[in-house]
Amino acid sequence: MTLDINSRHLRDLENEAIYVMREVAAQFENPVILFSGGKDSIVLVHLAKKAFWPMKIPFRLLHVDTGHNFEETLVFRDNLVKELGVELIVASVQESIDNGRVTEEKGYNASRNKAQSISLLDKLEQLKIDVAIGGGRRDEEKARAKERFFSHRDEFGQWDPKNQRPELWNIFNGRKHPGEHFRVFPISNWTELDVWQYILTDKVELPSLYYTHRRKIFKRDGVFLAWAPFMMLKPGEEVIETDVRCRTIGDITCTGVTLSKADNLEDIIAEIAATRVTERGGRYDDKRSEAAMEERKREGYF
Amino acid sequence: MKENLSLLRFTTAGSVDDGKSTLIGRLLYDSKSIFEDQLDHITESSRRRGKEEVDLSLLTDGLKAEREQGITIDVAYRYFATPRRKFIIADTPGHIQYTRNMVTGASTADMALILVDARNGVVEQTIRHTYIAHLLDIRYIVFCINKMDLTDYSNEVFSKLRADLKALAVKLEVPHPYFLPISAKLGDNVVDRSENMPWYEGPTLLELLETVEINGNGQAVPARFPVQYVIRPLSADYPDYRSYAGRVAGGSFRRGEKVVALPAGLGSTIKSIDTFNESHDTVAPGESVAIVLDDDIDISRGDMIVPADAVPELKSDIVARICWFSEKPMVLNGKYLLRHTGSEVRCVIREVIFRLNVNTVERDTVNKEVKMNDIARISIRTAKPLFTDPYIVNHTTGSFILIDEGTNNTVAAGMII
Repeated sequence: MTLDINSRHLRDLENEAIYVMREVAAQFENPVILFSGGKDSIVLVHLAKKAFWPMKIPFRLLHVDTGHNFEETLVFRDNLVKELGVELIVASVQESIDNGRVTEEKGYNASRNKAQSISLLDKLEQLKIDVAIGGGRRDEEKARAKERFFSHRDEFGQWDPKNQRPELWNIFNGRKHPGEHFRVFPISNWTELDVWQYILTDKVELPSLYYTHRRKIFKRDGVFLAWAPFMMLKPGEEVIETDVRCRTIGDITCTGVTLSKADNLEDIIAEIAATRVTERGGRYDDKRSEAAMEERKREGYF
Repeated sequence: MKENLSLLRFTTAGSVDDGKSTLIGRLLYDSKSIFEDQLDHITESSRRRGKEEVDLSLLTDGLKAEREQGITIDVAYRYFATPRRKFIIADTPGHIQYTRNMVTGASTADMALILVDARNGVVEQTIRHTYIAHLLDIRYIVFCINKMDLTDYSNEVFSKLRADLKALAVKLEVPHPYFLPISAKLGDNVVDRSENMPWYEGPTLLELLETVEINGNGQAVPARFPVQYVIRPLSADYPDYRSYAGRVAGGSFRRGEKVVALPAGLGSTIKSIDTFNESHDTVAPGESVAIVLDDDIDISRGDMIVPADAVPELKSDIVARICWFSEKPMVLNGKYLLRHTGSEVRCVIREVIFRLNVNTVERDTVNKEVKMNDIARISIRTAKPLFTDPYIVNHTTGSFILIDEGTNNTVAAGMII
């Protein structure tokens, strides 16, 4: 696939996303961008810069911090916040555990992924945030394929997928009652390949984790996971050190890594165009049940 | 924007069990757009449900309730690409109770695929969905006569159905109808040419999707720029900068062009068309930009910048076709919020001119109660005048939604006549 045929397609997607960003700024009072340090949220910030230039972006960044981060992501995040001159809000899962809002999962597959929803919803309520812009894409996962651009959340932060508001043309209805909020997904229609091609054509800077690097990893249920000292190995699992890169970045406990020597965007795009496994195929959090994502989304996950 | 599309947005519609989700699954599967882990997943799910073959519809039925009931409740969006084009599919539900979700999926589509079960022929939902596609001004409609494998791939069955559907297309004035005999389940004429229907010489579905040229209706569209947001940095570097952010809705603008800002009606000249760190001479439909004017005039969200010589109609009395979505019937003389481009005004429903009998595509002027999923022509009075164009001329300035102020729900889609 050449870049040429897609560049207009990328501009079309960009025009749509910028339009959505501006609708958010116009329709809501207290918006945030959910920023994970992953490529999709980095692209969101880039689009926001383009949508409001030469103004500072009219959104604060909200990072849901599981405490299990890749160090590179935090450094990248702090530099970006400094460059944008906007406020960073951190919703800490550790804090939610300490104050008893969340009970830490136990066992081999213990993850703080699910706990993030509670920390996020508590923070949204505490700061009266009425809209959270997310980097979710419909091509990622089957429950996400059902999501509207403007997705309503009730006063408990829940999504009701069986009763979504109709969404006609590009007329977005962001009206809500006090205590309710919206999740908005400007890059709904982008595919993984679109995101990477856009990063290339727009020269978007990414954390080094996305490029090949040496890392200690181990294999679990067919997925390579990054190893960290707090992770429990099962009998027979073995830590090896090799050349990998991340295809997505989330909490370290559930982010699969890809064996790869790709050290530039062109090679990464070639790898992704040829791959036969979806991006979230490497996400441990989706493997828990057939409706894992839908269930988490109903509870307020992003 | 519409010329030489490298991106085609299409929707699928049709009655329950006509095989929409299966068709999409087939399209993705045969064009090798399904990933291994997705296939493993649905193979496993099919087996768990006691099915012998892989059920391709499980690919798009993403909600638990949908998989449990084996139906589609809400639109699912799917993406695939061939070397010739990129596609966005909106897979919409067939059940009448989910019509609003079908309309959601169809409202952004360039083309509609309408599935018809070869054994059942034209049924109410076929007419309803064709009518809705026509109502939304989707000019390219592909009738996929599905399940040909269950009619022995009969040319007679296909020819009879084609004649029926052609009559429907003529009645609804569909400008570009296509008719394809397929089997979504077995793959005939979806991506690969069918060996079972040598009598069919037209394109396969994928060939058609890859090659069809989507053009407007040939009418020149006057330029429209609904203002979404005012950009004022008030920064040391840009102390006096002020631009109007929006997305061009039809037509184009150029630097130096004489324009009028509505509703104030004050004239000015385009000084600059800005995007991130760049200034452009012209801007085309669909592009998100920010416009700077020569004069300091009062413009805010909901206002519109238009060419001085092509001003839209300013109206408080609006006649429109609507599709009603709410369980609560429409209240005659009731008040609703009307959202049109960036403006939101109160309005009152003054009259139901007629309700459409979807079975016969005839106007009902006797029973005019507008209930969920009904299509009607109504007249509305707005609290403040709106700048509108007919929907068939401009989908952006010709469309609106109605919102129930009590629930905040979107209760209707409107297309201005």
